[in-house]
Amino acid sequence: MQGVVGGGVGAVSGGGGSSTSGASMSTVSNEDNLVLSSEDSSSCLDESELELGLGLSLGVGMGACKAQQSLRGGQYARILTAKDFPYVGSSASASVSSSSSSSSSSSSSSLSRANVAGTKRSADSVAAANGASQVVGWPPIRAYRMNSLVNQAKLPATEVFNSLIVKSRNSNPAVGKGTSSACVNAKEKGQLRSSLFVKVNMDGIPIGRKVDLSSHRCYETLAQKLEDMFATSSTIMNSRRGEEHDMMVEATRPSKLLDGSSGFVLTYEDKEGDWMLVGDVPWGMFINSVRRLRIMRASEANGLAPRSEESNGGQRIKPI
Amino acid sequence: MPRMGYSFPEEVLEHVFSFIQSDEDRNAISAVCRSWHDIERWSRRRVFVGNCYAISPKMVIRRFPEVRSIELKGKPHFADFNLVPEDWGGYVAPWISAMASAYPWLEEIRLKRMVITDESLELISKSFKNFKVLVLSSCEGFSTEGLAAIAANCRNLRELDLGESEVEDLSGHWLSHFPDNYTSLVSLNIACLGCEVSFSALERLVGRCPNLRTLRLNRAVPLDKLANLLCRAPQLVELGTGAYSSELRPDLFSNLSGAFSGCKELKSLSGFWDVVPGYLPAVYPICSKLTSLNLSYATIQSPELIKLVSQCQNLQRLWVLDYIEDAGLVALAASCKDLRELRVFPSDPFGPEPNVGLTEQGLVSVSEGCPKLQSVLYFCRQMSNAALITIARNRPNMTRFRLCIIEPQAPDYLTLQPLDVGFGAIVEHCKDLRRLSLSGLLTDRVFQYIGTHAKKLEMLSVAFAGESDLGLHHILSGCENLRKLEIRDCPFGDKALLANAAKLETMRSLWMSSCSVSFGACKLLGQKMPGLNVEVIDERSPPDSRPESCPIEKLYIYRTVSGPRFDMPGFVWTMAENPALRLS
Repeated sequence: MQGVVGGGVGAVSGGGGSSTSGASMSTVSNEDNLVLSSEDSSSCLDESELELGLGLSLGVGMGACKAQQSLRGGQYARILTAKDFPYVGSSASASVSSSSSSSSSSSSSSLSRANVAGTKRSADSVAAANGASQVVGWPPIRAYRMNSLVNQAKLPATEVFNSLIVKSRNSNPAVGKGTSSACVNAKEKGQLRSSLFVKVNMDGIPIGRKVDLSSHRCYETLAQKLEDMFATSSTIMNSRRGEEHDMMVEATRPSKLLDGSSGFVLTYEDKEGDWMLVGDVPWGMFINSVRRLRIMRASEANGLAPRSEESNGGQRIKPI
Repeated sequence: MPRMGYSFPEEVLEHVFSFIQSDEDRNAISAVCRSWHDIERWSRRRVFVGNCYAISPKMVIRRFPEVRSIELKGKPHFADFNLVPEDWGGYVAPWISAMASAYPWLEEIRLKRMVITDESLELISKSFKNFKVLVLSSCEGFSTEGLAAIAANCRNLRELDLGESEVEDLSGHWLSHFPDNYTSLVSLNIACLGCEVSFSALERLVGRCPNLRTLRLNRAVPLDKLANLLCRAPQLVELGTGAYSSELRPDLFSNLSGAFSGCKELKSLSGFWDVVPGYLPAVYPICSKLTSLNLSYATIQSPELIKLVSQCQNLQRLWVLDYIEDAGLVALAASCKDLRELRVFPSDPFGPEPNVGLTEQGLVSVSEGCPKLQSVLYFCRQMSNAALITIARNRPNMTRFRLCIIEPQAPDYLTLQPLDVGFGAIVEHCKDLRRLSLSGLLTDRVFQYIGTHAKKLEMLSVAFAGESDLGLHHILSGCENLRKLEIRDCPFGDKALLANAAKLETMRSLWMSSCSVSFGACKLLGQKMPGLNVEVIDERSPPDSRPESCPIEKLYIYRTVSGPRFDMPGFVWTMAENPALRLS
């Protein structure tokens, strides 16, 4: 496409070099200096400096960047998946929780801490249950609309569509294979999932959170996720605000939400507005009826009998 | 030297100014001279605050003492997609309590992405005797109890619009709190409510308000009640149905059809949850008058959609699911020559494979057939540079172009190249483009095009794009009218941000999440730019517990005249210069 670009601007280091390989592309040469706004010399981005900058300042991105630079031929920044972080998993989360609250670190370990911190970040966005990755907030559809989508029956694939697929498969063999590795990864990993965010509050912690229930398949992973979530915020609370609030002190992580051994119980409000103990009904039934969660002090869960063999609907707790 | 201020008495100037509504013009008037400034500020009736943290309620009240209408926006746009953690902020309570005493004659409150409590709603209902308009767009924090207070106390209420807010549904009886002698309702939008409202109360309310123009029902209102409502309000201009489903009954159909035919003024339709296609023909009698149609919750197939849309020759706005498919969009392009705005939403965004025959071709067809098309939001699974170039050439009058290719970083599906050139064509040809959302595989080059050509661009959304800081630099240095920039998952770091720090003061806000901005850079920015609030959001742990070079999770920078805010939750840190607010 001619005439779109005014001046020549150099491509930056990294995977972008092959972007001009198509015959119809612009004729911009990428050998010139990076030409930027002339007013401020401090804005000049030297290519080598940039590379250096990339190396130093990236945490999470570092892993991807290095991988990117080592690959040839049109590898662009791609979404980090579980593959990039071999130590993804609950052990990583646990190690970050403890490392972030430790006081000193040598500079040599700072980078690895950065990596681990970054790992924790993408570990958060990786569905704990089955290792598939999940991108929060993509595609950008409002929660309101997504909830409506989730609640409506979908139509079967249309006839027009089916014939279209056949036609396009015949005419363009590139479709469906050989797209960027991110796309392949996405298809393999089912990267996009529908979300079911519900609010979670924990007694004693004024700030509520939201958790995506659709990224879990069972109560254990959900409980683990909640424990991690609220362990972190209680750490922050304690380091910033001292003991002024009536809340848990450092060591009392809610360790076992499901069997009540932590002094807290995990409860949920169902569609009818009743508060129930989490864990009594099959997961699928729980997902369909849960509106929000509350991590309640065991002492406040009145009328809560020890978990029995009741088969119908679970145990109801007196609303507070 | 003649002094302008003495040329006309104040009353005359005030009268002249009363014809000037636009904020920009009024701001210009204020700058002329001291006396014009004073006259203008006393006569300004409407205030728009695009970021509730950019200024304090006290400052607004001090400058504009006689305001009748206020609009406030709170959370960043990406909050819509769950990228902003819960309890981030956007509380309206301080505004309501300040205005309760300062503006007793306040008539209108419009909020977007703010947190409003039942207490605030009650305070509104009791403080403003002439209160007329309450619009809560994507808000949260309140329940039907607060709505009951509004209904009970606001005798002059004209408009109650709950937008897409998250309302805690405690009971449907709030509607019964409108007194029996209350008749001034003009617009009611309760589409977001989950629970059933008391239907008889609704019927009576609709029946006794002769000026009702807009009625958007919620899903819980069944189809067999709709005809009744329509018969009581044949003057309706805008209608949102409830669930549009029922077992097929001829009597119900004919009632409904008759009721629709009786609504001679109806121009806008929405709702249509759970559509049973057999009932669609009931709206055929009014299709030709429709200017706005929102079928984005209607799970109906392309043939039915085509039948419907082909009869709407005066349609200006269509929101629809991708069930419409390319064929439906061809029909749309052929029938609706007045179309200005098209939004196509995905029916199955998370399915790994496409489920409908909707491709880039549909959008190309509409761009060819609809000469007035200027606003597009389009979700699809494949795109090509060729299609984008065609669209750009067809529609240089485009002002809003938001394309979401569902797969992040999807390349041109024909050539496997990035989509830089396609989007480049959009910004080059569409010289009045004000809003742009990018998707697909994009290098730094697209940002170079944007910086070079998108001179009128005010809002830009970027995701999974670019290769280096150069990309961000192009945007910040090139887009002269940029007001809002939101970025996620791009390899942009410190350099471009710091190099363009001054630019940030000319913008409303910048959001960056999952990028490569270091904590050190944030601190530097906070120190050097007192006119900005630099807020770091990090849910892992305090950012100073890690080396300064570590990237932060999320960054929200906005200009402000009222300094750092004080209602930040534990996971938000401000990089303010004030040592009391710094991290220890």
